[in-house]
Amino acid sequence: MKVGLFVPCYVDQFYPGAAIATLKLLEKLGVEVVYPPKQTCCGQPMANSGFEHLTIGCNELFIKNFEEFEYIVAPSGSCVLHIRDHLHDDKQPEAAKSISNKIYELTAFLTDVLKVKKLSAKFPHRVGIHQSCHGQRGLHISSMTELVAPEFSKPLSLLQMVDGIDLLQLSRKDECCGFGGTFCVTEEAVSVKMGKDRVADHLEHGAEYITGVDMSCLMHMEGILKRQGSKVKVIHIAEILNAG
Amino acid sequence: MEQTTKDHSALAQQFNRDEDRVDWHDETLWWIREKRDKAAHQLPEWESLREAASQIKNNTLSNLHDYLLQFEQNAIANGLQVHWAADAAEHNQIVHRIINEANVVRIVKSKSMLTEECGLNEYLAKRGIEVIDSDLGERIVQLAAEPPSHIVLPCIHKKKEEIGELFHQHLGIEANISDPQFLTETARQHLREIFLTRKLALTGVNFAIAETGEFVVCTNEGNADMGAHLAEVHIASMGIEKIIPERAHLGVFLRLLTRSATGQPITTYSSHFKRPREGKKIHIIIVDNGRTVQLGRKDFRNSLKCIRCAACMNTCPVYRRSGGHSYHTAVAGPIGSILAPNLDMKKYADLPFASTLCGSCSNVCPVKIDIHEQLYKWRQVLVKNGYTPTAKKAGMQLMTWTLSSPGRYHMAGKAGRWVLKNAPFAVNNKLNPWYRQRDMPEAPELSFSEWYKQNKKN
Amino acid sequence: MSSRDSILKAVKENQPEKAGLPDISVFKTSTQGSLSKFAAALNAVGGKIAYVSDYGEILHMIKAQYGDHAKVISPMKELAMLCTENFDLSTPVHSLHDVDVAILKGQFGVAENGAVWITDKEMVNRALPFITQHLVAIIDWEMIVPTMHDSYELISRTRYGFGTFIAGPSKTADIEQSLVIGAHGPRSMTVYVMG
Repeated sequence: MKVGLFVPCYVDQFYPGAAIATLKLLEKLGVEVVYPPKQTCCGQPMANSGFEHLTIGCNELFIKNFEEFEYIVAPSGSCVLHIRDHLHDDKQPEAAKSISNKIYELTAFLTDVLKVKKLSAKFPHRVGIHQSCHGQRGLHISSMTELVAPEFSKPLSLLQMVDGIDLLQLSRKDECCGFGGTFCVTEEAVSVKMGKDRVADHLEHGAEYITGVDMSCLMHMEGILKRQGSKVKVIHIAEILNAG
Repeated sequence: MEQTTKDHSALAQQFNRDEDRVDWHDETLWWIREKRDKAAHQLPEWESLREAASQIKNNTLSNLHDYLLQFEQNAIANGLQVHWAADAAEHNQIVHRIINEANVVRIVKSKSMLTEECGLNEYLAKRGIEVIDSDLGERIVQLAAEPPSHIVLPCIHKKKEEIGELFHQHLGIEANISDPQFLTETARQHLREIFLTRKLALTGVNFAIAETGEFVVCTNEGNADMGAHLAEVHIASMGIEKIIPERAHLGVFLRLLTRSATGQPITTYSSHFKRPREGKKIHIIIVDNGRTVQLGRKDFRNSLKCIRCAACMNTCPVYRRSGGHSYHTAVAGPIGSILAPNLDMKKYADLPFASTLCGSCSNVCPVKIDIHEQLYKWRQVLVKNGYTPTAKKAGMQLMTWTLSSPGRYHMAGKAGRWVLKNAPFAVNNKLNPWYRQRDMPEAPELSFSEWYKQNKKN
Repeated sequence: MSSRDSILKAVKENQPEKAGLPDISVFKTSTQGSLSKFAAALNAVGGKIAYVSDYGEILHMIKAQYGDHAKVISPMKELAMLCTENFDLSTPVHSLHDVDVAILKGQFGVAENGAVWITDKEMVNRALPFITQHLVAIIDWEMIVPTMHDSYELISRTRYGFGTFIAGPSKTADIEQSLVIGAHGPRSMTVYVMG
């Protein structure tokens, strides 16, 4: 199985550890992973700001980079959702559609395609999981508290396979952290307040680490934790699943 | 009344100056969201009900012309007088005309977001007509000379001490009283006098039934009924989208409405007005005011399915932390942000951006409006129509230029990380809205792509 | 063109392609509603319930609860001797401002939410169930439907000029979400289940 690894731009630049862990984890599970070097960004920052019409270049590039693979995997729910919902190319609509159908967020790929049942990871810490909205409400990788439906969570079920991990329960299980792309700067006051409240929920329940499938949410919460002088760290879920 | 020069972001920032108050506002509304969840989870058929409601509303919109005619015909046969208003101005003129015909100068009004949308109170005040809002929350904001901040809980932003002070000033109670029981009793006595002396009452409409020509008004306080039944003339104002095809469909909507709104199984009163009592007049005003335009917008028409439960507001993490007034429109929150730009793109260009697109709003919506997807689509429409600050546009173009080329992207990434490492003062300053209350991420030595090149030569 | 015609024209031009109606008969249960569920739901919305076997018992209970000086009004012939004043269609609505207790027959109760369906036929004066300080509704024990879907099945067989579901006393939580019973309408609602 040949998988194309898509590393979102900000993960590439600021959180290479999350991408390295994703790569190593997939390889550990017997997957052949290729990282197309000419990739940049999914185009979401522009599109969510109302500039979807400027993403043509990004879309063409994305298709060119990932067309050849059987699956595309990314350590991000948000970027994957954007590709699923909004990748389009009037010149090659079929290619765009095929990409949308074969791109997976990491934990969904592990659960649904690789059908991972056990992991050889060890992470003896108290961990809070942040349900990033785009992965959860967009890609349905977890059940949602608003809906009357059976409970499940792909990231949580994977974390439960990790040796020594102590998973905590939040008061508000799936509230947004307030990152929201450019929202985090255009609506700075509300964004920060949302982030502070999310972080407080984890701290109240004794978290040592906050994890999740999206580094963007974690980056936002990390910024708040650091400003508060907290020792609590954020960590991408791939780094836990690959730990030990 | 409202500062229209400020956008949502600035107004929200103002609201956030008092963090304790933000916490209080957030927790109060979250509590209602939790009550909604509890009520929903008691019905195993909840999601099927939402689907049915959504389909009924889709059918309604697709057949609205015929349903409106059918409603009109049946309502007239029932003895109701039917009026049509193309816009807010015409609606207000019709109300004024009926008031003049009834020869009164004082009226009582129960909650109607449509009349808020139309600016009816101000219009009538200028013409010497006194309007008293009879919903407790609406009366409170009316005394405070403010618009409602929430469509179901109009004074959710007010603390009981502030309400006590308002009642002290306007209703003559002693100072420093904040007991909700006492304050409510005060309002009861004050408004009872109003109900008994007003000969004309105006109400909103929750549902208008094409099949039977009747309309339904829901309240907990009983204020709509007190007003309507004690008056000689009853005016009911409704948007064209309030129609539902059949009376049996109320079974679906009344089960969803209040559970979604407050977690109650039903409002205390769900009153069905079919025929006027003898010697009395009921006027119904059917209002367009931009709704037919929205109906023609393929991507946005299903916002007209809204039954005004406010569940999207209660669940919205942004609404809870920015307050209803920060939306500077009659209907605040996520639903308001997809309705308002239809009325005025320039004035409300900021609202679709007042969201993280988390999607919780669409999940709680009892009629399954894809609210967060419409917020995304409005952003595209607003930008294409030129309602974007120039600096933002330039920034986006630069970002596109960078991200559409691997070479430029890697160069920019390297430069960015170099700056963070070697010249952090360039970004760690007050001009950077990220940095004001958050630290910047640490810049690693190598980006992933650089690491990959060094470690994984294919 | 009149506003009516221009609105209708715009609607016709802008409405989407026909979408069908869902089958909502699946929600109907066609069984009798549970009295205990009704009682629990009524309590949850602030109402009270009492079980009586005949009108004599009601007379006794009303006297015991509201005393001899309360102004009691009921259009029900069976309770005429309880009424402190004459009451019929010709009674001016504003003379009801000091009614303490209104006793009305309800057509049926709804188990899922504690609501009672009452129409202008039972209330005679439409203001009565709202203006009274205390509301008493009487329903027959077998007249409980499970849900609102079943309610509309029953309602479809009747005629009314005005009808309302009443679920408990009037209430508000507009002040800081503190629930206060007795907003503009009755301060209490008691349902007598007869039979």
